[in-house]
Parts: sequence; structure tokens; C-alpha cells
Amino acid sequence: MDRRDTLKTLLIGSFATTTLGTVACKTDQNTTEADSGQKGELPVYGRTPKELEHDQRVLQADFLNEHELETIAVLCDIILPATASAGSATDAEVPAFIDFIVKDLPSHQMPLRGGLMWLDTEANKRFNTVFKSASSDQQIQIVDDIAYPDKAEEKPELSHGIQFFNLIRNLTLTGYYTTRIGLDDLGYKGNLPTVWDGVPAEVLKEHDVDYDEEWLAKCIKQETRDIVAEWDEQGNLLT
Amino acid sequence: MQIKESAKVYDAIIVGSGAGGGMSAKVLADAGLKVAVVEAGAYFDPKDPKTQTQLKWPWESPRRGASTNRAFGDYDMSWGDWQVGGEPYTTKEGTQFMWWRARMLGGRTNHWGRISLRFGPMDFKHKNVDGLGDNWPISYDDVKPYYDKLDKLVGVFGSKENLPNDPDGYFLPPPKPRLHELYYIKAARKLGVTVIPSRLSILTKRINKDRGVCFYCGQCNRSCSAYADFSSGSCLIFPAMKNGGQIDLYTNCMVRTVTTNEEGLATGVSYINKEDRMEYQLRGKVVVLGASACSSARILLNSKSPQHPNGLGNSSDVLGRYLHDSTGASRSAFVPALMNRKIYNEDGVGGMHVYSPWWLDNKKLDFPRGYHIEIWGGMGMPSYGFGFNASDFNKYTGGVIGGYGDKLRDDVKRFYGAVIGFGGRGEAVARYDNRCEIDPDVVDEFGIPVLRFDYKWSDYEKLQARHMHQTFEELFHAMGAEVLGDTPGKDQDYGLHAPGQIIHEVGTTRMGNNPKTSVTNAMQQLHDAQNVFVVDGGPFVSQADKNCTWTIMALSWRASDYIVEQLKKRNI
Repeated sequence: MDRRDTLKTLLIGSFATTTLGTVACKTDQNTTEADSGQKGELPVYGRTPKELEHDQRVLQADFLNEHELETIAVLCDIILPATASAGSATDAEVPAFIDFIVKDLPSHQMPLRGGLMWLDTEANKRFNTVFKSASSDQQIQIVDDIAYPDKAEEKPELSHGIQFFNLIRNLTLTGYYTTRIGLDDLGYKGNLPTVWDGVPAEVLKEHDVDYDEEWLAKCIKQETRDIVAEWDEQGNLLT
Repeated sequence: MQIKESAKVYDAIIVGSGAGGGMSAKVLADAGLKVAVVEAGAYFDPKDPKTQTQLKWPWESPRRGASTNRAFGDYDMSWGDWQVGGEPYTTKEGTQFMWWRARMLGGRTNHWGRISLRFGPMDFKHKNVDGLGDNWPISYDDVKPYYDKLDKLVGVFGSKENLPNDPDGYFLPPPKPRLHELYYIKAARKLGVTVIPSRLSILTKRINKDRGVCFYCGQCNRSCSAYADFSSGSCLIFPAMKNGGQIDLYTNCMVRTVTTNEEGLATGVSYINKEDRMEYQLRGKVVVLGASACSSARILLNSKSPQHPNGLGNSSDVLGRYLHDSTGASRSAFVPALMNRKIYNEDGVGGMHVYSPWWLDNKKLDFPRGYHIEIWGGMGMPSYGFGFNASDFNKYTGGVIGGYGDKLRDDVKRFYGAVIGFGGRGEAVARYDNRCEIDPDVVDEFGIPVLRFDYKWSDYEKLQARHMHQTFEELFHAMGAEVLGDTPGKDQDYGLHAPGQIIHEVGTTRMGNNPKTSVTNAMQQLHDAQNVFVVDGGPFVSQADKNCTWTIMALSWRASDYIVEQLKKRNI
């Protein structure tokens, strides 16, 4: 299986699906559409022609190989496995995000690649196998040693592993909580047209804060929001 | 290369389409003048779905909004940032300056914070108070009628507070504070720091039938498709065109010089069309520069002729000098009381609902001039960077840092919305030595000599930043918060941001009654060429501890009224 198939089967790349209403991007008005394969397709997200070119370049490039992506997938699901109510990191296509972001932000490349290699070396040392082929118990044994930064002082020989785990944890969390699955897990309620009318009463109570009358009197009465504003000469709002 | 000259003679050629240029375009077109607006960037309309980013979800960006291509993230509506491809700028050795340029119709008004503060009476005459800098040749009373008209035309929410140097206006009602802002109010009051509703040009209430009302997505930096926030295109240029105004828009056209005749008066502009890379000339009776303080200075400095050997408007050698940006310092804190929040939609308007105007007397302080405090926080939409070091706050709560699985998920949710941050924005004292000038060695991809900046902060600004951090820490402690990061020391200029970084650069074509010490007169007209005006932040004598946009627009309106009157009288 080559790297592209790995991505497809493992991850079903979030930008390869048609569920978001994707269109093939054009590098500019004068060239033909990019190939209609998995690469080259992104949702419309308000890009300039130069930005579209950048995205195409990133999408066409390869960085992580098949082995690395498979290892990342294992790690992502250790970091965020599925729960009763929320999908796992691979359900949220986090490895595809990481595949993209390390090409888009190349400063991640060496720490990530080197860190994965460190992990395989460690697994080989302990269990005579690479990390992804070790048993779950063996994987967890290593992860437990590198997942807690405060342990770095106790085990200086693991400091590079701890650094690597910080990176993969950060990328996994960011990749996960910027998807629908992640936002639902977090409970985020915004990014929708609404009418803000203050903090809910039970929250005010819980936090022992309140709106004082004087301040409240200045604020918008939302039932008047659609009435065109008029003022008197002193700047008092009449409507 | 042959320069292509247009036969048409405009009443006015306006360079730049942001706050200053857009306002001038509206006033001049509404008066029936034939106007050309020449913009170095592309056409942009906030409601065009092809370029819209408002209400996009994080996953629609493959980098989840990371700042690879746009310094403030994928969804920020500014085409161009600290760097613009093919258009460099340089800095003098040992100095620093950051210059933000938005190459698009409407310029930086498409993404700005909409903080719309009037300068107060003292801000125009601050030399009378502390002996520093210079007074403006005009006073608050000269500008007040234009602030009043501006409030009604564009719309700004706020509240009547009767503060001596923060004048009230014709306000729409402000939105209610969010939870973290209620915490701030409580802490500020405890410390005697003034706190009032913020003043932003966002429509909490309808002002006309052409613009929508805010629907509280909190994304004004993405430019509002309902035209419920101010941007120059949606609120000035498009309405003027719709109103039958004779405006020809030249987009992707980069002005190189103002052309002049033997009397030294302007005849028009020379520009490069970025699409065919050819040079063109437009002819006009009046040239209005609104390209931004530094870009307008650059155009004038590059407009050398036998009549203006030192650059147009530069017989004083003051052009490009007195450049000054707002001071800035920032800090954030973790608020344990805001852990485990009940989650609801608190996006609110795009920006703070409350703020603190300057509240102290400098006589008792070791620095001149004031600053205001901006507040941020809340349960914002995750984007790239969310979850980084998500469990570190455990060090304040006795929990374990790091981990994975359910423990990690719990950390993310427990700490979500528990961070609050402050930005201090203050007044620097304008200085002769801080300047932009033409770099003798470097041109941009259009062959136009570029700007070289030479700017240094003085102790005034550094000590002000130190005071900001002291205040921030007191405020954080008053709300029981854990301050993040160390107090910046002297070696870090006490946390003072780099010059230019607050994106309030002004002063390069400062106004004054004396042609030897100023570039423009009190009507923003060049002393050296009476048919050239500057309507961006260039003519500012001083900045105030207020953001500059509202004053740029009020002054542009005032100067544009004067242009109409002078053209009618055939004085120019």
C-alpha cells in the first residue's frame, strides 16, 4: 500500500471528502483545474489566487511516509481514544491534518520525524520491535514514561521523548478540537447568527456577579434592534 | 516603456481606499465631483461569497486557521500583512519597525478592531499640559461637528459617560458584558480603574435600510457580509456609488508619484497597473492622498521634480518625520473561578464589550501620556493552536500536567474559557528623529524606491509599558487570577511591543501653521502644493491614547468639505 492509499484507508482525508461541498481548486483563472484525484481538493474558504497556489503546492508535496503516518495514527488514538459520546482522533481525521500541517509549517518536520524515530528506537530497545507493531500494553508502557513533563527531571534519559510527546499531543488536540467531532465534544455553541442578550441568569448566580442597574440601562434592548436609530441634539437615543 | 496618459481630467484623484480615502471618496462624490479612486490592491466586497470567511468553521481551512499565509490567521480579512510579496521595506541598522499593509479595496478597515474613539480636547493641545511634542493647529471644537456626523453616518455603539477627555457622541446602545468582562468590571472597580462600555463601530441597532444589524458572531476581523460593522467599501464607497456618485475605481493600481507642473502644482498621478505592469497617468485638479501615513509619505518623497527637489511637500524636511505608533503591551492570566464553565454562545460582537479609558494623572507618574486597556477572553471558537499545552494549568490547581485519554479531555474542557487577557494601548510622544525615508538602495518589484524606517522608543514609552504590566498584574490579582509569564524587565523594554506593531502609525505629514515645521496646514493641504491633500493618519500631530481611525475619518470629511468648497470657489 503506498502512502496515498494509507491516507485514504486510515484516515479518509478530511479535505478529500465531498461532504463539505468541495470544489477543485484552480491555481489561477488561466490554468486548467487541478487533477481531480484526492489531492488538490479543498473546501471553498475564501482564498486569494496566491493562497490557492500555496495550498496546491502543499497538497502536491509529500513529507510523512506510510510508516510514519501509521505510527501517528496509533499515537493519536492513544492520546484521544473514542469515548461513549465522542469519536476518536482518527475518527476526526487527525492524522490527515498532521500530514498537511507539517508540510504547511515546515518547522514541525524535523521534531516530528526525529521524534517518531526516537520512539521506534525506544520500542526496539525495550521490545525488539517498532512502536506501531508493539502490543497495546507495550505502547502504553512507553507512553506512560513520556506523557508527563514533570517526570523529565526524574528520567533525564527520556527528555527527548517527552518533548516529542508534547508536540504530538499538541497537534492531536488542535487537529481534533477544530473538527465537528471536537467542537461537539467541547460543547462549543457559537459561530451561528444569534442575538446576544447577556450571561444566562443561572451562570451569573453561580459566579456571584451581576449586571448593575446603571450599566444595564445603557445596554441595547434587543426588541428595539431593528428600529432605525434617531437621536435628539444632545445625543440621546430616541428610538 | 511608453506611459499611457488618460484624456479624462478628474476633479479629484484619491489614492487609497481605506478609512481616509474612502471617506474622501464619499464626500467628494456626494458633492457631484468626478472622482478616481486608485487602490494598490484588488477589489473586495465583504459580502462576496468567493472571498468571505465569516462563519466558516475551523476545519474548512486545511491548516485550521494557522497563520501561514495571513499573519492574523487564515480567516482574518486582510490581504497583506507585515509583509507584502514583491513590496519590501527596510529598517535602519539597530532599529525596528513593523508595517502592516492591506492590499485590497477598503484597506485595513476590513479587519480592524472597530474601536472608534474620539480624541478629547486635551489630546489636541497636550503640549499645554506637559510641554512635550507639539499642539495641533486645530482643537476639539473644530473636529466635533465631524465626529458627530460620522457617528450618525457610520454607527458606533457606546455610552454617555461625561468624562472630560473621552467625549461622548451619538451612540447606539452597547451590548451587555460577557462573563469574563463582569469579572473585569469587579476587579477594576476594586482598584479604582475606570471601566465603561466599549465604543465600537458595529451596529447593535439599525441605522439605515442598506446595512444589517449585528448578529453576534464575534468575527468583525473577517469583515461582515451583512455590512453590520464599518469597512470603507461597505459603508462609504459602495453607498456613494449607489447614490449615483461618479467614482471610477482603479484597483490593483499602485501609485508611484504625484505628477506636477512648472508651477509646482499637482497635475495627477502616475501609477503601475499590477496586472500588465505598465505605467499609466491620470489627470486631476486635486490629488488626495489616503494611502496610509507611510505609503503617502513614500509617494510624496518619490515625487521629486525641479520644483520639489526634496520630494513633493518636503521643503521643510519634515516629510516622513514624527512617525509614531501607539505603545502596546499585553498580558494574560488563568482565572481559576472560570474553570468548568457552563457552555453557551458568548461570541458577542467582534471585540470587547467593556474597556478602561485612561484614568490617571501623569503628574503623579514617571512617564507622560496615558493608555487605555482592552480586554479579551471567553469561550471562543477553537482554531490552530487550541489545545497546545492544554493541561499546563494543572500546575495552579494541584493536578498532573500532561497525560492522555480521558484525563486529557477533561483538562481541555475544564480549562476552556478560563483565560483572560489585557492589551494596553497608549500614546507615544512624537519625535523628529523617528522617521521613514527612501532607502537609497532598494526598489520594489515595480521599480519604486521603498521606505526605510528609523524608529526607536524612548524611556517615556518604555516606562509607560512598565506601568501597564504593573496595572495588569494588580487587576489579575484582584480577580484571583494566576498571571501567565514573567514580568518583562528592562532588557525587554518592559514588554513594550515593537514600533508599528499596534498598527496605528501616524504623523509623517504632520499639520501645522508653520511651513518650516510641518508638511500640511490645518486643512491637510500641502504647504508646498495647494492642490494636494493628505487624509490618512499622516497629518496627526500626536496620537492620543485613542485608536486613530475615527479621527482619520472625521478629519478626512473635514478636509474633503474644504476641497469641495475650494473647487467651487476656483481657488484650487
